Amino acid sequence: MADSVDTTLYKKEDALIEELGYDDHFHEHHHGDKYQASFITKYIFSQDHKIIAKQFLITGMIWAIIGAAMSVIFRMQLGFPEESLTWIKPLLGKWIVVDANGVGTLDPEFYYALVTMHGTILVFFVLTAGLSGTFSNLLIPLQVGARDMASPFLNMLSYWFFFLAGIIMFISLFLNTGPFSGGWVAYPPLSALPEASSGSKAGMTMWTMSLVFFVVSVLLGGINYITTVLNLRTKGMSMWRLPLTIWAFLVTAILGLLSFPVLVAAFFLLMFDRGIGTSFYLSEIYIGGQALDHVGGSPILYQHLFWFLGHPEVYIIILPAMGLVSEVLSVQSRKPIFGYRAMVLSILAIGFLSFLVWAHHMFMSGVNPFISNIFVVFTLIIAVPSAVKVFNWISTLYRGNVRLNTPALFAIGFVSMFISGGLTGIFLGNSALDIQLHDTYFVVAHFHIVMGVAAFFGMFAGIYHWFPKLYGRFMDETMGKIHFWGTMIGAYVIFWPMHYLGMVGVPRRYYSFDAYQAFSDFDEMNMFITVGAIITFGLQLVFVINFFYSIWKGKKQTVRNPWGATSLEWTTPIRPGHGNWPGKIPSVHRWAYDYGKDGKEFIPQITPLAEGEEPSDH
Amino acid sequence: MQLALENKRRRNSIHPMKLALWMSLASISMMFAGLLSAYIVRQAAGNWFEFTLPNLFLVSTGIIILSSITLHRSLVAFRNKKESSYKILLVTSFILGVLFIVCQYQGWMAMQAAGIDIKGNPSGSFAYVISGLHVAHVLGGLAAMVVALIHAFKLDFRVTPLRINRLELTSHYWHYVDALWVVLFLFLTYYR
Ligand code: HEM
Ligand SMILES: [Cu+2]
Repeated sequence: MADSVDTTLYKKEDALIEELGYDDHFHEHHHGDKYQASFITKYIFSQDHKIIAKQFLITGMIWAIIGAAMSVIFRMQLGFPEESLTWIKPLLGKWIVVDANGVGTLDPEFYYALVTMHGTILVFFVLTAGLSGTFSNLLIPLQVGARDMASPFLNMLSYWFFFLAGIIMFISLFLNTGPFSGGWVAYPPLSALPEASSGSKAGMTMWTMSLVFFVVSVLLGGINYITTVLNLRTKGMSMWRLPLTIWAFLVTAILGLLSFPVLVAAFFLLMFDRGIGTSFYLSEIYIGGQALDHVGGSPILYQHLFWFLGHPEVYIIILPAMGLVSEVLSVQSRKPIFGYRAMVLSILAIGFLSFLVWAHHMFMSGVNPFISNIFVVFTLIIAVPSAVKVFNWISTLYRGNVRLNTPALFAIGFVSMFISGGLTGIFLGNSALDIQLHDTYFVVAHFHIVMGVAAFFGMFAGIYHWFPKLYGRFMDETMGKIHFWGTMIGAYVIFWPMHYLGMVGVPRRYYSFDAYQAFSDFDEMNMFITVGAIITFGLQLVFVINFFYSIWKGKKQTVRNPWGATSLEWTTPIRPGHGNWPGKIPSVHRWAYDYGKDGKEFIPQITPLAEGEEPSDH
Repeated sequence: MQLALENKRRRNSIHPMKLALWMSLASISMMFAGLLSAYIVRQAAGNWFEFTLPNLFLVSTGIIILSSITLHRSLVAFRNKKESSYKILLVTSFILGVLFIVCQYQGWMAMQAAGIDIKGNPSGSFAYVISGLHVAHVLGGLAAMVVALIHAFKLDFRVTPLRINRLELTSHYWHYVDALWVVLFLFLTYYR
């Protein structure tokens, strides 16, 4: 094998695994052969968690490109409303209306469809499935020391339900009436009445179907992740020795398991309102002067149910990124993560509190202001564990021997984004300030920075860091650095100005501002943002090229543990086979963060305590 | 699946498949909790039509409780290697399960006949939707019982840990949908 460099080190490690490891007689059973026999079972309907991770990643990347391209198109409408869009008519067809002078304009209905699809795709398909699906699958079995997930079969199903959800959503893009266009939150009455808009017809039906399948995927995945972490940890791997990645994935999965079913409940009631004619969410509505027979429902009910998922969902997105960043920062700055227990407790606290703050999305929906106050308090309390994490990341970096490579840069970029976006959350969390800021570009700026960009940075840090584990090669550093600096600057160029737009009250979800003289002052700013968005989108192609180029042509990984990390995934062969370890499963003797201890640069988790050595995890 | 079974009892005494089942149950509970809280919030808003559930639902409650008892006895019989009572009780539980669904259906018909329409006041719509979604979960339990029946009548009678575990999974799920119905029934009866 390629492990020729440093072979003595790895020989010693292998001897340790053989001596102290756990023998589960795995390789005597030959079940690998059973389900990895053909190309189809090996690469398509694979049950190997490492392949499934790649499937989630690449599907997520495809969706990210589609979703981001949509945002470029609607940004063009916002930045250059007068400009002719005839040139994208081949792509968008009838949604570009060309007038007598040959000037093409984006159909307003389709503008809403684009915004809606952009939100849905990015939130669910990219930052939920693409992020936690990829890394939970890749890292949970490898880092806890398991052969695979508790149920590889359900794990495979989880991916294919996600795939099915994606196919349905994709087909809905080509409907004659267009995809759903009522916003990613799908509030009734727009979503409940097929006659409300053209996107509310078949588009909404397919949107709901797609998301129900998506929830099935999340639940199957989540059940597996939790069972694997709780049940299949290797000998010696106590909960307090788990890397922070695993803690983050565990809590993420628990949040998903408890919040997504409530979304399904909301969808069921919505489907009954749409299909059967019940009035859960509808009351006294007139369409075209015609009164509908729905009486007695309340759209606010949907908002409660939706945001009971919606807020935990934003943490489902950010927690895995936090886990990845914690690990990358510690490994790349050659220091133990600062305040490991505080990190774990803050993950748990965030997870718990995220169920108690949903109504901060509804301050302006007419909920009782006294009830709002309770939600203000809980919302602001969530800033505390968030701040603890930020403090600990910075302290981890402080006086570390930081290797400023691409994964580390993205991890540091994550911290920057999380601070900037978290601070604006504190403004929004005050119900009085929210009167001015709600539904403006301030909110758009807030959540794109704290969730969108930050989660992407966490994902990028993870991809650059674990790329050798995925493909046995490295991604190109030069392209990586261009990608990082371009995206870092680009993200602030796009989203920083939006705070100003929002503070003066420019509303989100508007196709055009030509009816409001006051907002024409911002034409240049909108152009500036759009140009930034186009350039930043272009820079993501550098990443895509780098990714695929490196799969086949990247620098080969020659040593098993290139970053000098302590955790178990780096004790497998460079290209781990089915079952991950060729012999016994390694046993664990220390926590995952012994860096710079007793004069040693790092001590792998499989190394027993030396004579007289104090364990670092008390 | 195989892996899970082979890896069993590596770390915790609880079997991974059981843990997985309980987590799904937590998840189903959250869905119903969502529906019940929507019910409570909606009811507090007024314009709420009060009605009494038809007595048929009381009958079905009795039936499903009975089926839980027979299924439990069947499991005990299986553990004690009593083949015939294991089989008879399993079949009985299945029949009671089907009866439960028939009874729910008759209950809906009775509601309909009493003028409570699914499209009418949300109080009625909620009753239909909540009990309907519950029946959907009972159907899942019946499907699991069909598998158990196939195992019982197609395989040779042998009491192995694997087969005990399978039957336990089925019966845990069944007890859950049973208990869930009791909660829903009490809720719909007393929280009008
Ligand atoms: C310091 C903690 C945070 C506070 C106090 C906070 C507060 C808020 C508030 C009050 C809103 C509603 C604004 C409005 O609609 O008027 C909001 C929106 C939002 N926040 Fe945060 N937030 C925080 C952190 C986060 C994090 C960490 C994420 C994601 C990872 C996030 C994602 C979102 C999203 C997606 C929305 C907008 C949803 C929409 O209306 O489409 N927030 N935030
Ligand atoms: Cu929130």
